[in-house]
Amino acid sequence: MMAALSATVQKQNIHTAPFTAASAHHLERMGLFTFLGVNPKHPVTEHESAGRFIPLQKITSSEDLSRFITDMVPLLHLDKKHAEPIKYVVSEIVRNVLEHAHTPEGAFICAQYYRKSNRIGIGIADTGIGVLSSINHSYDAKNDLEALQLALMPGITGTTKREGGTEQNAGAGLFFTKSIATVNRNHFVIYSGSAMYKLLKPLATTAKVMLHADPFADRHSKKTMLPYWQGTVVGFDISLDTTKEFSQLLDLIRDTYAKALAERKRTKYRKPQFI
Amino acid sequence: MIEILLLPKVGSFAENKDTARDIRLNEILPALQEQQTVVLNFEGVDSTTQSFIHALISDVLRKYGSEILDRLQFKHCSPTVKEIVSIVVEYMQQS
Repeated sequence: MMAALSATVQKQNIHTAPFTAASAHHLERMGLFTFLGVNPKHPVTEHESAGRFIPLQKITSSEDLSRFITDMVPLLHLDKKHAEPIKYVVSEIVRNVLEHAHTPEGAFICAQYYRKSNRIGIGIADTGIGVLSSINHSYDAKNDLEALQLALMPGITGTTKREGGTEQNAGAGLFFTKSIATVNRNHFVIYSGSAMYKLLKPLATTAKVMLHADPFADRHSKKTMLPYWQGTVVGFDISLDTTKEFSQLLDLIRDTYAKALAERKRTKYRKPQFI
Repeated sequence: MIEILLLPKVGSFAENKDTARDIRLNEILPALQEQQTVVLNFEGVDSTTQSFIHALISDVLRKYGSEILDRLQFKHCSPTVKEIVSIVVEYMQQS
């Protein structure tokens, strides 16, 4: 978020206090200070260059994204089973930014492997128009939270109200992303404007996983009145212990998608008048 | 019949929607217009995204209806590609 924000500010206006926290080394390694154009003002410590992380990168084009996805797999030392959902999520979220955020600065992304919890964490931020403005090209969301709810539903896109979407957009990318997180019991959070939606893991690991078209029907937390973020931020964790086979997961998504569309169609049917 | 080899155009992870649109506009739709059968050959494509498949075929289904599935075929699909093609075909028929 700091890197994305820095792109909207002239570099000479960015100042930092000397960093004393241990996290300064981490932030340096992830390339934050390079993006900010500041000197962290702490003694530079040498780090092992081999680590499972991808430092901050800015993606402004389709070609950038394809290159990033190709490079990501070896950098994070991913095997096929884990690479598939991660590539999927990164592609969908970053393409959302490139197509809907309307910012020349594009998407800021970084990723890291956490050994202790055996998971990959990915963060993607932009300073674009935000979900509310994007969704309200076609819908009438009253606030940022309502816009997030709509954006996470299958078949809802700001580009059209037509079922099935346009020839280029179906409005399913965020629903798929949330579903992948649900099935794999991963962490997923989206923040835009002054609202945040966070998918929570199921209480019991043995509980049968249910997918819902409405994100508010999933186990979640939500917040409003947060400090305003002009744009959208997505955080996604993939646990390498619980990742399911991708094609099995898609089976579940397919059922939920079909039911959601059928249900939405039914609400539009005219009712007989019984007099 | 024309067979479109996707791997050289989209790589093993088919996600670039701009490429999907180009294939649809420049290869799939003109061939269907000429009453040909189009075979999309996914050999070597391990995975894809719903957005890619949507950009590739949704407009074809919208223009021609589900009958076009007699002349639009999918070859050598991995389990993931099969699932995603099925999802898109299903929701386009529902919409």
